[in-house]
Amino acid sequence: MLRRVLFASACLSLVAGCSLSGGGGGSAPAAGDHVVTLVTHDSFVAKQETLDAFKSATGITVKPLAGGDAGALTNKLVLTKSNPIGDIAFGVDSTFASRALAEDVFAEYRSPEADKGSQRYEADSSGRLHAVDVGDVCLNVDVAGLAAKGVPEPKTYDDLVDPKYKDMLVVEDPATSSPGLAFLLGTIGKYGPTSWSEYWTKLKANGVKVVSGWEEAYNQDFSGSAGKGPRPIVVSYASSPSAEIGDDGTPRTKALLDTCYRQVEYAGVLAGAKNPEDARKVLDFLLSEQFQADVPEQMYVYPSREGVRLPESWTKAAPLPKTSQTLPADQVSANREQWVQQWRTLVVG
Amino acid sequence: MAHASSGLIPQGTGWAFAALVPLVFLGVFFAWPVLAIVRLGLRDGGVGAVLASAGTWELVGFTLGQAAASTVLALVTGLPVAFLLARCKVAGTGFVRAAVMVPFVLPTVVVGLAFRALWPDGGVLPIVLANAFFNVAVVARTVGGLWAHTDRRAEDAARALGASRPRAFLSVVLPALLPAIGSAASVVFLFCATSFGVVLVLGGARHRTLETEIYLRTVELFDLSGAAALSLLQFAAVLAVLLLGGLARRRRETALSLRGNAEVVRRPTGGEWGVVGVAFAVVLTLLVPVVGLVLRSLSTVDGWSLAGYRALSGTGERGTLAVSGVDAAVNSLRAATDATLLALFIGVFSAVVLIGLRRGRAPRGVGEVLDTALMLPLGVSAVTVGFGYLITMDALPGDLRTSPALVPLAQALVVTPLIVRMVLPVLRAVDERLRQAAATLGASPWRVWREVDLPLAGRSLLAAAGFGFVVALGEFGATSFLARPDSPTLPIVIARLMSRPGQLNSQMAYAACALLMVVTVAAVLLIERLRVPSGGEF
Repeated sequence: MLRRVLFASACLSLVAGCSLSGGGGGSAPAAGDHVVTLVTHDSFVAKQETLDAFKSATGITVKPLAGGDAGALTNKLVLTKSNPIGDIAFGVDSTFASRALAEDVFAEYRSPEADKGSQRYEADSSGRLHAVDVGDVCLNVDVAGLAAKGVPEPKTYDDLVDPKYKDMLVVEDPATSSPGLAFLLGTIGKYGPTSWSEYWTKLKANGVKVVSGWEEAYNQDFSGSAGKGPRPIVVSYASSPSAEIGDDGTPRTKALLDTCYRQVEYAGVLAGAKNPEDARKVLDFLLSEQFQADVPEQMYVYPSREGVRLPESWTKAAPLPKTSQTLPADQVSANREQWVQQWRTLVVG
Repeated sequence: MAHASSGLIPQGTGWAFAALVPLVFLGVFFAWPVLAIVRLGLRDGGVGAVLASAGTWELVGFTLGQAAASTVLALVTGLPVAFLLARCKVAGTGFVRAAVMVPFVLPTVVVGLAFRALWPDGGVLPIVLANAFFNVAVVARTVGGLWAHTDRRAEDAARALGASRPRAFLSVVLPALLPAIGSAASVVFLFCATSFGVVLVLGGARHRTLETEIYLRTVELFDLSGAAALSLLQFAAVLAVLLLGGLARRRRETALSLRGNAEVVRRPTGGEWGVVGVAFAVVLTLLVPVVGLVLRSLSTVDGWSLAGYRALSGTGERGTLAVSGVDAAVNSLRAATDATLLALFIGVFSAVVLIGLRRGRAPRGVGEVLDTALMLPLGVSAVTVGFGYLITMDALPGDLRTSPALVPLAQALVVTPLIVRMVLPVLRAVDERLRQAAATLGASPWRVWREVDLPLAGRSLLAAAGFGFVVALGEFGATSFLARPDSPTLPIVIARLMSRPGQLNSQMAYAACALLMVVTVAAVLLIERLRVPSGGEF
């Protein structure tokens, strides 16, 4: 028996030997290399070719470090601001930007690329945050599903309270879900900080379903995606239909472009970065034509730069809405908790 | 280890010193980060207001209530399975042994979705069922581990003296198993009290626990003082449960004559078949959501397809992932192996120390402190630990905050208590007389442990290692905080794929779940091979 145990532990240690030496941490950069740690949200993906091209042009290796969703990322940056875990951060969004700015997480730096379009989405005038991409949270509808129920596609927020659409909408809880919060903010932007609750009372009366996250809403309750759920209207992104193109080339779903709330994702050099010079170059790179062209396919959002060509499936299925609701960042951060609380009492309570 | 000591008092002190090894590990990688983040929250004040609010106490009530209900359900369904695995010679036990572990590794978001498909509106019942679903394995393994080694003769004697089967079970078998049942119950309770994904998906905004509220306040609202207040409450509740469990365990400890499994296993007779039937029914029920996931991984809007499985060799639709599904599986295996070895070392060392402390008359309370401290990581929110790491680990050499070593370290924190709880009841049941006999014959304490304890506990040790490995494979909470994007584990990859639109991504997510299940079953079967050779080995 003892021999057996020893044998087993020997086997295990062999595997462990692999695991400890076998580069679980990826390729370690050699001494003298320029390495920039890019703290990002979980949705960050970049094409390896693009990163390699940047490296051969500048000698800088970008090392991404995931920090959770936009909220978790922002809070991590705030907690570590005296000794940051990276040199540059990407993924703080318009909901959390004012917190990051108030806590002085970011250093001042104005990129020479900043006037190529990203200035349209500036968080404030201090030049600490640069918009890298924008995404719109909009209602998505299942085109065939609505047709089967014999109702026309809704167009506006107001349509949703029409009894025609009773029990057809599923939304995410704004307390636990970023698109859920964006949709709530969209209705606040549309109806104003006092009347939005009346709108939600009517939505509730019309059978809106609330789930805690996008995964449940989109994959399970929504009828237009792979899950084929019961509800044909869901809160998702303007870009989602580009992933739902059938074999015949037509999108199965559609975003309602009059129901959108705009979220902007920012990048900035961290105050206290160990490698600020190279971090600035990485920021320029995030705003460059080359990186921006990858943004739609890699991260399902729209580039902040002007004149970047969108992939074909996007021009067909996922155009960026011309007008979207937005609320000033400081107004959001001042009222968010109270709005969410009010919403909970109203819709769930 | 305290060897070559003449008197009892120095020996006790020696064990107390040995206790420092696990305590230092826990201190550095658990207590320090947790206390640092809680202190940061307390600094801002406002704790009193949170504690005074009625909503907070509703959270406490719901948290404890659903955990208690889930624990009872897991015990009731897990015990027949434990009986089957430990005592019965029937076809299919190997399959049951592997199958019962599968739920444990499934990512909570996936299980949440599976249960949501059956109960579209969520609610308390599916939360309790899902929590129990995850934890039947804990009961089956922990209780089964001891049961497989307890001597049948006392039970047979009771029967021969005229006791009915239920009577013999209640008065002979159950008391002997109580330490393991207590261990299982406390682990399951802690898992259920702090389960996050299940409560979030199935409870939504209506049913919230301390754990989901701590997450919300820390991550979304940055209300660290509120989170700190709730963490303290959770901590107090967990501590209370652990102390109660400890009391129950202490009063029930008995030396049992442990036997080799081959002597204990036999064909069931009479009413035992009923229990076996229940056990198989439980396992089949557990497989319903599992089969559902597999079917889901194969079905598309246009019919059946293996596209999700083929996609595992790639990085998802248009490169959703940084690595392929297969690479992620390899990452999972690596991290879980490191975590298991680390946890095995600390867990077995701690179990030996705990027993040594009792036998060696160490200063009172040291053992209790160590035992409780080892369990605490199961009862503290992963987000609290994760954020704690951020503000402490840069003080260690090499700035551990961004090190890949953090993943196995954090997983080991979760696995160690399981190993302790599985190994300790068996080691404690080793008859002291055997040890004394060996010592009288001149064996050193190390030799006694090697020749007496290890052979008797060897199987449970391997079983515990296997269980720990599987837990580490499926661990999501701590890993999601610490894994780096270039080396994600399989559960991280699944969560990521689930959060993207597109049929291929969602199919690949379900296929990755199936892969995780296959890896789990393979690991369990491999360990089975190691621990069950051709016959009895004692």
